[in-house]
Amino acid sequence: MTNPRTVNDFVVRFANVNGTGSASANSLFSKAIFRMGIPVTPKNIFPSNIQGLPTWYEVRVSEKGYLGRRDGIDLMVAVNAQSVEADVRSLRAGGYLIYDSSKPLPASCEREDIHYIPIPLMELCNAHYSDPRLRLLFKNILYVGALAQLLEFDFSIFASLLADQFKGKEKLITPNLEALKMGADYVRENYSGPFNLKVERRNLLGDAILTDGNSACALGAIYAGATFAAWYPITPSTSVVESFMEYADEFRIEPETGKRKVAILQAEDELAALGMVIGANWNGARAFTATSGPGISLMNEFLGLAYFAEIPLVLIDVQRSGPSTGMPTRTQQSDILEAAYASHGDTRNILLFPSTPKECFELTATAFDLAEQLQTPVIVMTDLDLGMNDHISDPFTWDDNREYKRGKVLGYDDLENIQRFGRYLDVDGDGITYRTIPGTHPTKGSFFTRGSSRDEYAVYTENSQAYQRNMDRLVKKWITARDYMPEPQIYRQAQPTEHAILFFGTSQYSTEEAMDILRENQVMVNGIRIRSFPFDNHTISFLEEHKYLFIVEQNRDAQLRSLLMIELGLSPERLISVLNYDGLPITATHIIRQITHSLAETEKYHTV
Amino acid sequence: MTFIKPKFRHPAQPKNQLGYTLSYYEGALSTLCAGCGHDSISAAIIQAAFEMNIEPHKLAKLSGIGCSSKTPTYFLGNSHGFNSVHGRMPSVATGANMANKDLIYLGVSGDGDTASIGMGQFVHVIRRNLKMIYIVMNNGCYGLTKGQDSATADRGSVNKAGIVNRFQSIDLCGLALELGATFVAQSFSGDKRQLLPLIKAAIAHNGFAFLNVISPCVTFNNNPKSTKSYDYVREHVGITGTLDFVPEEKQISTSYQPGERKTIKLHDGSLLQFNKLAEEWDPESRISAMNAIHHARETQEILTGLIYMDTQTRDLHNVLDTCEKPLNTLGKKDLCPGHGALADINASLR
Repeated sequence: MTNPRTVNDFVVRFANVNGTGSASANSLFSKAIFRMGIPVTPKNIFPSNIQGLPTWYEVRVSEKGYLGRRDGIDLMVAVNAQSVEADVRSLRAGGYLIYDSSKPLPASCEREDIHYIPIPLMELCNAHYSDPRLRLLFKNILYVGALAQLLEFDFSIFASLLADQFKGKEKLITPNLEALKMGADYVRENYSGPFNLKVERRNLLGDAILTDGNSACALGAIYAGATFAAWYPITPSTSVVESFMEYADEFRIEPETGKRKVAILQAEDELAALGMVIGANWNGARAFTATSGPGISLMNEFLGLAYFAEIPLVLIDVQRSGPSTGMPTRTQQSDILEAAYASHGDTRNILLFPSTPKECFELTATAFDLAEQLQTPVIVMTDLDLGMNDHISDPFTWDDNREYKRGKVLGYDDLENIQRFGRYLDVDGDGITYRTIPGTHPTKGSFFTRGSSRDEYAVYTENSQAYQRNMDRLVKKWITARDYMPEPQIYRQAQPTEHAILFFGTSQYSTEEAMDILRENQVMVNGIRIRSFPFDNHTISFLEEHKYLFIVEQNRDAQLRSLLMIELGLSPERLISVLNYDGLPITATHIIRQITHSLAETEKYHTV
Repeated sequence: MTFIKPKFRHPAQPKNQLGYTLSYYEGALSTLCAGCGHDSISAAIIQAAFEMNIEPHKLAKLSGIGCSSKTPTYFLGNSHGFNSVHGRMPSVATGANMANKDLIYLGVSGDGDTASIGMGQFVHVIRRNLKMIYIVMNNGCYGLTKGQDSATADRGSVNKAGIVNRFQSIDLCGLALELGATFVAQSFSGDKRQLLPLIKAAIAHNGFAFLNVISPCVTFNNNPKSTKSYDYVREHVGITGTLDFVPEEKQISTSYQPGERKTIKLHDGSLLQFNKLAEEWDPESRISAMNAIHHARETQEILTGLIYMDTQTRDLHNVLDTCEKPLNTLGKKDLCPGHGALADINASLR
């Protein structure tokens, strides 16, 4: 039953009760591994609940730097009586179970093929702490200490981590260190069974940071000069605007007056949130909102207005499992079609797909430029996994020479020099027209914004030709937009390949791992990570090069595949779906299984 | 009916202090039905803007969807306009105002646009005390879809199809008062003498100014048994008082009988002077204003005039403590923390 020793390559799962302070203890564990220079990827698998229901925290440690979720749990910290039976079952053979032995495990939790590491967490805490709240909180810290001992952590890591965590509340550092030590001491003195998992200090992370996508999006909005945000709270997007508020407190106070260079409003619903963002952008401020699928559904009408009236706006969609309320605290990439074609009538919206916190920062900042350059909504499509979980990422960068691209906006002098201003007049032939900001000029440049048909001078009309001319110009603008889109990331094998994998967003982590494993098994496929809709010319020519494309997405209906068929006219036979829609982040195993199955099927077909 | 608006104007038309004539404040030719009450309100808005020397480009007119929401096309043709979606004008106005606190925001809505589909946004824009003028052109019916009852149609009122409304109506002024609106007035499109000073006072108010104007629908709701017909409204109007709006620079002192005449000083220094007609009513007391509305409802009177005003109010920008410069004038230098700050942020995430 003893496995060979495994260094820096395992999965730990913590099974906790929601609302018991486990989150900070668990993140202390993953942050410690991060500080030891080892690639680590923590994932919260949490219920739609504040207190009392089961919640899990899964940490993958990977020397090779694979940051996607991995199947198979090597080590389970089971401290939730509600879920313990299922938790024990989910452990792989040869795995380790740490559990609270203050009460005996139910008989159904007996397995021959796993190792049990009992720690009387509750008893130890009851004996040591009198405050019931501390008993509960330190129980979590205690098991982190035990884990650190078993995995042979360098304990000095904790002193500096806790010093950073409790800056300003220094008196909390010592009790936390004591609790860690209590856990470590207990297993050292009481557990003599086998344990073959180990963490060894490395220097694999360079200057990487560990952060979540939502706060990175918020920071991108700060750097891009957003001065207004309106929002309605919805999981998993809530922390985008909450982070924006925190950054605004830091960066948007006028030093001379103490007044604020930003306005943030919690709206009455998502409709109002987007309406406010439209009003602010129309009036020349950079403004944004953040929501999730149900919010996008409600915003459809306003998105149509913004598309048709050509008002810039930035919308961050942190996707979750739908439809309807679906699994609101689980991840998915299932708003693609809804966002791309949001609203009645002929509409198309620009989508950006970040994969990492760094890209959340950059593409959010870019979204503000694109929205104003193209005068249309830009939707940043992230998801719960990227938005709410910490990810290892390259550090944020910003070039101080970078200017805000405000697009075609006519100022006072511009207006002085033109005969007649036409808001929807295609002067440059690229489909993008000139706009003015209210209040610019006393006698020139005012126009009427409306969601109904109008001519080139923004005058209401029901003239068929004028309407159609405008709709055709919007298509021209859409084609122009291709050249503004961020380039895809392309992965090429040494030799040309017949097959390629197309993926986007958080599927990057597991797809890169899958491509490595496939290559090790002599299955050569190229790859492309797309970053935008419309598909840019690089993407189009890459797709042309390959006979078959595996389209990896985290939804049931292969939504991006549909988009490829609709927009590029690609034949469905060429597009093979690789799908994951159980609400958990996709794994490399899952991708490899579907791809090898599909390749075997093709093989069979060809040999018959 | 002609669709070409005559452009000829008398060459000696009077000009205001900005050098603009009244016709400079007009809009396109109205396409509403001849005799529509809404056109009278548009005329009063034009007159008010002209007389108050408002720079047209410093005013944004916004609306939702419906007959009333079409009117911004028919007034202030040199101002920026925004005809948004049904019931959502308040949110667009809120965002616009947040971007630039220095413009005047004039919102126009109808009873369907406000009291039904837009009720949520109406309620919340009041709550936030957004500095704007919010005019409801209230005719108790849906004109553009040909005469269905709206939520402000009175119970028992009979529409053109002969159907008796069975549901309680929503009293928008009462609701606005209850929600804490800081300026509430009601008027009648047939009474321009009263409407004009009310619009001016609403523009001068430093907060959310609500003006509910009963504006009969000549086509679908002007029949004998409708409570929103010209005849019915004329017969049932009760007036809180006659009103004069006196701009700051023209303050005059006259001697009226004390007690009859009340003066309210607005935040910009202009004065509202009016003769009280309704007894036991003080426009600066919310309780007194609510009593007056309830009393009028019991006696089937339509109370018009200024109903309530709070001159000490703080608008949304005051509450949010935003800077003096409008947010839409701030640039990269004011807003972007730059490369250096980012290095610190990166360090905090390691």
